[in-house]
Amino acid sequence: MASSSIAGSLRHRANRGVLARLRGGDEISYLVTLACAVLIFVVVALIVAKLWGNSQPAIRAFGWDFLRTSRWNPNGGKFGALPFLYGTCVTSAIALLIAVPTGVASAIFLAEMAPPKLSNLLTFLIELLAAVPSVIYGLLGIFMLLPLIRVYLVPALKSTFGFLPLFQGSFYGVSFLSAGLVLAVMVIPFIVSVSREVLLAVPTEQREAALAVGATKWETTWDIVLPYARSGIFGSIFLALARALGETMAVTMVIGNTPKITASLLSPGYSIAAVIANEFAEASGDLYVSSLIFAGLVLFGLTIVINALARILILATSQKAATA
Amino acid sequence: MKISARRRIVNAVMLSLSGICTLLVISVLFFILGYLLVHGVKSLDFDFFTKLPKPSGETGGGMANAIVGSGKVLLLATLIGVPIGFLAGIFLAEFSGKTFAFTIRYVVDLLNGVPSIVIGIVAYALVVRPMRHFSALAGGVALGIMMIPIAVRTTEEFLRSVPNSMREGAMALGATRAQTIFTVVVPAAMSGLISGMMLNLARVAGETAPLLFTALGNMFWSKGWLEPIATLPVMIYNYAIAPEEDLHQQAWAAGFVLLMLVLAINVTARMVINRGHASSRR
Repeated sequence: MASSSIAGSLRHRANRGVLARLRGGDEISYLVTLACAVLIFVVVALIVAKLWGNSQPAIRAFGWDFLRTSRWNPNGGKFGALPFLYGTCVTSAIALLIAVPTGVASAIFLAEMAPPKLSNLLTFLIELLAAVPSVIYGLLGIFMLLPLIRVYLVPALKSTFGFLPLFQGSFYGVSFLSAGLVLAVMVIPFIVSVSREVLLAVPTEQREAALAVGATKWETTWDIVLPYARSGIFGSIFLALARALGETMAVTMVIGNTPKITASLLSPGYSIAAVIANEFAEASGDLYVSSLIFAGLVLFGLTIVINALARILILATSQKAATA
Repeated sequence: MKISARRRIVNAVMLSLSGICTLLVISVLFFILGYLLVHGVKSLDFDFFTKLPKPSGETGGGMANAIVGSGKVLLLATLIGVPIGFLAGIFLAEFSGKTFAFTIRYVVDLLNGVPSIVIGIVAYALVVRPMRHFSALAGGVALGIMMIPIAVRTTEEFLRSVPNSMREGAMALGATRAQTIFTVVVPAAMSGLISGMMLNLARVAGETAPLLFTALGNMFWSKGWLEPIATLPVMIYNYAIAPEEDLHQQAWAAGFVLLMLVLAINVTARMVINRGHASSRR
């Protein structure tokens, strides 16, 4: 009697419809949260699809020449994005040139030397720098940094490195150099906080072993700890590079918005993100808009590849440290 | 073993250089704060919060519409980004298998790395183009997409930090998985979740690039959700690159208000999170 009622209830459960089973809550919450997780893939797919689809007219009209020619003439229907690509690369290079040594050195100080409490406080402050909106960096760039560069930095550069083509020509304030400097300040926090994390993940035994055989603190850091954390630090640099390439407002405000390719870092330039920011809202005509979206697609491709690389490098280091 | 003088000097020089670099970076923050404080407070007055912008050529006026506008766009962004990110985060922490979770996490990180201006283009293509005009809604969609990645990672991180014994306790009392998650795990992680979402909001509150051609801007009050709308960051940008000195003053005032808001949220939220971490470690 008892066994037949159990069998009956089992049969009853099996016969319940999908809807009835969902009423339990487990399945509903599983499905809803799964749907949201899948939605993220949809959003990313949508980004790719919209960029790709909307840049088709420009891709068909120019193809690879879009990236190889430098005439940007909305009235004549000619669009070549080389000057923008050049500006994006040059400003990011300047930014990394300054931010990498400063950032990695700060990370070394915070991870290897500063007492934990001080290190946490300073890291907290440096991460606040990352929270400052980019338009505020632009505002400060225009009114604070440009005059400083004009009065102090440029005369100094000209008198010491003036023979280089990099520092020739007249300087109006807005320039590749100014944009690169603002970008440097903006990406340093990313390098510091990620590099510090990977340095802290290096096992203490590695340091102790080096110190035990007579290495100085610096030799331990430079020859043992840094090589151990190398790929993670490169990851943080790539992360910063991706930020620098895609940064819009601060660059737009101090780069000068002139589509020209010159060797001099003191002359005004333009970047991919800046041209989209400046011209998109007023762009008229399918080919014009589509060219700007094509530029956006190029920027998207660049940053995605670099980000993907950065994440893999950071993951590799943290896994190495976890298995050690 | 005696360490040679050269090695000792290199050691001292390099170590102090790293300290100097840290000092340099920190001083930049204080320089920014100080400069903005001086210029911002000088130009800030009551009109800034209550008046509309004046037509070009006239001085005075404020940014009341942009303050409300930023609020509206951020509300939309939160309504779009937070639920999706929160639920996806629950899936990652509570339901997902390892490989799938890894894939989602990777894609979320990539989405987080997409330049904000590109997100702007996508929101333009998704909302502005079909509806044929710029709107608060389009701005909200752009910022909403930008909020998803951090919402996911925050939710996952804080749910994972809830000890498993709490889940086991709830299940042992006969709670279903869903009941366990929504009545035990989520409430236990609540202060972290809220702080994380506030940080997320603070991050997009300063975003300008994705709003330039979605929300666009407006010199007047914007009615409803389908009209172009003024926002603080876009106002700062427009006023900063304008030639008039009076507009620069307004830009400083707006920059000051925006930065104080963002930093205040950051400091409080991070303190709440750190306290939570400290107590869970104990």
